[in-house]
Amino acid sequence: MAEPNGNVILEVQDLKKHFPIKRGFLNKVVGQVKAVDGVSFQVPTGTTLGLVGESGCGKTTTSRCILRAISPTGGKVLFHDEKLGVVDVVTADKATLRQLRLNMQLIFQDPFSSLNPRMTLLDIVGEPLIINRVARGRAVEERVAELLARVGLRPEYMRRYPHAFSGGQRQRIGIARALALNPRLVVADEPVSALDVSIQAQTLNLLQDLQAEFNLSYIFVAHDLSVVQHISDNVAVMYVGRLVEYATNEELFFNPKHPYTEALLSSVRRPDPLSKRERIVLEGDVPDPSHPPTGCYFHPRCRYAKDICQSETPPLLEVSPGHMAACHFATELTLQGVG
Amino acid sequence: MANDEILLDVKGLKTQFALEEGTVRAVDGVDFTVKRGKTLCVVGESGCGKSVTARAILGIVPSPGKVVDGQMLFYKEDENGSVRPIDLATLRPNGQEIRSIRGAEISMVFQEPMTSFSPVYKIGHQIREPILIHQQVSKAEAREIAIDMLRRCGLPRPERVFDQYPWELSGGMRQRAMIARALVCRPSLLIADEPTTALDVTTETQILELMKELQDELGMAILFITHDLGVVAEVAEEVIVMYLGKVVERADVISLFYEAKHPYTQALLRSIPTISKERRHRLDTIEGMVPDPYNVPSGCPFHPRCPAFMPGICDVIEPPIYALEKGHLARCHLYNEELVGNVMDEPASS
Repeated sequence: MAEPNGNVILEVQDLKKHFPIKRGFLNKVVGQVKAVDGVSFQVPTGTTLGLVGESGCGKTTTSRCILRAISPTGGKVLFHDEKLGVVDVVTADKATLRQLRLNMQLIFQDPFSSLNPRMTLLDIVGEPLIINRVARGRAVEERVAELLARVGLRPEYMRRYPHAFSGGQRQRIGIARALALNPRLVVADEPVSALDVSIQAQTLNLLQDLQAEFNLSYIFVAHDLSVVQHISDNVAVMYVGRLVEYATNEELFFNPKHPYTEALLSSVRRPDPLSKRERIVLEGDVPDPSHPPTGCYFHPRCRYAKDICQSETPPLLEVSPGHMAACHFATELTLQGVG
Repeated sequence: MANDEILLDVKGLKTQFALEEGTVRAVDGVDFTVKRGKTLCVVGESGCGKSVTARAILGIVPSPGKVVDGQMLFYKEDENGSVRPIDLATLRPNGQEIRSIRGAEISMVFQEPMTSFSPVYKIGHQIREPILIHQQVSKAEAREIAIDMLRRCGLPRPERVFDQYPWELSGGMRQRAMIARALVCRPSLLIADEPTTALDVTTETQILELMKELQDELGMAILFITHDLGVVAEVAEEVIVMYLGKVVERADVISLFYEAKHPYTQALLRSIPTISKERRHRLDTIEGMVPDPYNVPSGCPFHPRCPAFMPGICDVIEPPIYALEKGHLARCHLYNEELVGNVMDEPASS
């Protein structure tokens, strides 16, 4: 990974989140679900990191840990704040965390369940302003009007309730709320996967425009690889709680180094009935994170697996400058990207 | 249209929901045919009526929805091989005749594998149920048939799965079991309503491969409902595109992707992100959003969002279906020579 420098907004180092499995009358801990198990990456200021993987791979848990919506078990999340300097989100005290949260916001996946139906748009978008004592009274209304206009909603609608809006409009409300405090880092957890194709395009364009306008950094969690390729500068691929590959967008999509990434890329569907590409059909399911396989977690489904893969866990190593992969044969295999 | 190839012929299907706020014309005059052993895809955004169309075929439109008009001729093959059409639209939704077809001749795979199985019955019980209803077999024989179908659907250790509850299986496995249940009576038509939308891409690949294999093996036709144009490109032979309860375009899959005729289809195709080396371009969007179903715009329902909008025509006259070359149909005034003159780039041959 690139060396730490002044242009990085977030550094995640060896992040871990283990959930205990409790059984019986005394709630004895009988095992651990290692939802996130040693994830490290950086987000340069003003760029987008795409975090991809299948359900259960820990991508949502990672994003929640970064915001400390849930407390990580271990590791560091270093946020480069303009006023506070470099702060570890994991160990920050309440007052610092409060300051930090002005700069880190979250956009949720489901625009239907993430907005309180009993609150008007003014309440929803204005709430962060009031809670953080950024504005009060008329100033709140002015700021909300400005935000709504910015995301393409009519400010006159601010006294309406969420039910009056469609899915795409609600997602815009969620974006307006996330932007209310002028954050520097926005974590977007599957922000477009619940939306229709035509609305998805509008929302992606809006996110890109806002990024350019406010120099926002995004962590974009998604499972749709075409969307991730469209919006990301760097991409991290997760599998069963670990990072298996991290590279720039172009490297990852056109020159993948991990067999799992190759399989993921081969299942990207193109809107072209004449494209005849070989699909790598992965056998079986994603392993249960409470009982992961030995060695490389991907070996039971990997078509290149050899004996070593069963016994030794491959470390995440730099294959070429800025391109990390966790595979014993990353330098030997010739893998197929999209292209 | 009495053709051996045709399995289902839907003509002028209308399904309406009478609600307090007004009548929603969820399906408003839809025509299409499904050919034996072929795959027809129905594409559209949410609210376009694609799921209601599927449910109308099976007579399971949720209340207060009703099929108010149209024909759905299902060409059923009886024991001695002769084919006679049954109009599904005239059958009582819970009568004997539709019940003998539903689950046996026509079956359905639903989107959400989590909620479409009952959590309180074992998988085996739920797969055996249609066999016991439609075939004269003993419970033990039904068990054999069910286990055999589970095996074909790629479930490892089907005997064990038979005695498991749905929540013990992963999403992909549950969707396989769902397909097993749908196919266990060897239907001639399988309706798949967004069968892979809730699944991960790698699992989606598995399920689509499985459906293709089973289609080759069992020879059923598939009516595949989806909003994902990438999936359409992969599975469809023919495609219909729906917008606000109407079919706006019908074509074979290659013509649809390479020579889309309707501005809505063209815009949809442009708005999906595709993987390419030139990044950071903006996506083309369709302006605005799908209008609310109580106030469908006059004339062509797509006109407020259409880039080829012709004032005085599109907002006034409802476009009919125009037949273009190679069986390509489009519901758009652009293909009317009298209205547009020589603006069109391709002549309509009607």
